[in-house]
Amino acid sequence: MTPGPNIILSDKKISRALTRISHEILERNSGAESLVIIGILTRGAILAKRIAATIKELEGVEVPVGLMDISLYRDDVHSKLEQPIVQRTDILFEIRDKNVILIDDVLYTGRTVRAALDQMVDFGRARTIQLAVLVDRGHKELPIRADYVGANIPTAMDDQVVVNVTELDGKDEVYVEIANERNR
Amino acid sequence: MSQLSSRHLLGLESTPKSDISLILDTAETFSEVIERKIKKVPTLRGITIVNLFYEPSTRTRISFELAEKRLSADTVNFSTSTSSVKKGESLRDTVQNIEAMKIDMAVVRHSSPGAPYFLTNCMEANIINAGDGSHEHPTQALLDMFTMRKKYGRLKGLRVLLVGDVKHSRVIRSNLWGLQTMGADVALCGPSTLLPREVERFGCDVYTNLDEALEGVDVVNVMRIQLERQQAGLFPSQREYTNLFGLTKDRLKRLNKNFTIMHPGPINRGVEISSEVADSKNSVILEQVTNGQSVRMAVLYLLSGRKEELA
Repeated sequence: MTPGPNIILSDKKISRALTRISHEILERNSGAESLVIIGILTRGAILAKRIAATIKELEGVEVPVGLMDISLYRDDVHSKLEQPIVQRTDILFEIRDKNVILIDDVLYTGRTVRAALDQMVDFGRARTIQLAVLVDRGHKELPIRADYVGANIPTAMDDQVVVNVTELDGKDEVYVEIANERNR
Repeated sequence: MSQLSSRHLLGLESTPKSDISLILDTAETFSEVIERKIKKVPTLRGITIVNLFYEPSTRTRISFELAEKRLSADTVNFSTSTSSVKKGESLRDTVQNIEAMKIDMAVVRHSSPGAPYFLTNCMEANIINAGDGSHEHPTQALLDMFTMRKKYGRLKGLRVLLVGDVKHSRVIRSNLWGLQTMGADVALCGPSTLLPREVERFGCDVYTNLDEALEGVDVVNVMRIQLERQQAGLFPSQREYTNLFGLTKDRLKRLNKNFTIMHPGPINRGVEISSEVADSKNSVILEQVTNGQSVRMAVLYLLSGRKEELA
């Protein structure tokens, strides 16, 4: 389908938002030395790599990037008929006493982040865990908020926020599929 | 999103390629989990699993039990020697009583072929076959395939030789069917008295001479000679078996370069395999045991909570 008028973030806006988030992360953590970045699969992992690349440009520091699959920590494993395909978690560095930046594309109910936090605890005791998201769409079901937000987008519960990234989808864009249009 | 086509794992004979691939891919993920410092994930919290072992087993039972614990399931163990089976209770009565205690999954080993299938008709739980008589041992074959795939990056086209008691070995049967489904080139080798009737129906090369069989092979999977199943005198002596079918260093030169030696254990050193071969750098016998963990975690995860068959 053509997303048409519902595009809320163009490629330029996404790039600016990620650059701003990178700056904010550096400012908040007084540099990049203590940082590790962990992206939640699938799209969070791609954003994580981009933010790490931006930080390298800005500070010249190579921040370790890990990938995390949260399927095994979900709270709805047995309430769905289909299981998500579990992908590999790759965190090949120590997170103990690090400032961990957790990155996801969309913050919605907060349940993914809850699962990621639980998993993180099993990997070690980080000094802090901070959350960065490209889009905060509201409707949280848990007391979780993001520390860095690309864009706040108010949505209806049953709207769908679609994040496309060049690496997987051919181009960068974020659009909303409005529920009642989808059903029409 | 994806799922297995069945809610039980009874054997590989009729398991489709997509299911085997899904299990092997999922096992890849779990092989990372068991390398973590905390080798435990909360995935099967609240699921209760009973391990019903009507036959002795060390490796398989421990492997299943650890896999269950690493997925945070609650487990109960049952073995015939310490249970009411001694008092004459039937299999059906035993499992129905156990199920009345709200069991979600059952891992079953039994000396009768088809016992796990029988259980699918008398309990609601997801059933996993951990070896039924001389029929199948699907998780062993899955972990063997996982080990091969890890080493060669593929199964298709691999030349795999299964050596041993073809007639009685459930590991051979499960390996054969699973590997054929995945497109491997499978061959069998064993004494003619230990080949089943109509062995040609397996649709693979069959040898009674080990040296001929080893020509051009990538993987040799050697089975234990099951002395407990050898009361019928199907070969003259253990020594003769070793001379004709024992895997020794001298025999290895016929294999392809980068060959692999496998054995499901427990090994009888100096009988079906020499110590030198079992401990050589081409042997992956202990990796098989490690991989058994990941594969069993994958099977438990994929079957857990499945109430219906896929339509």
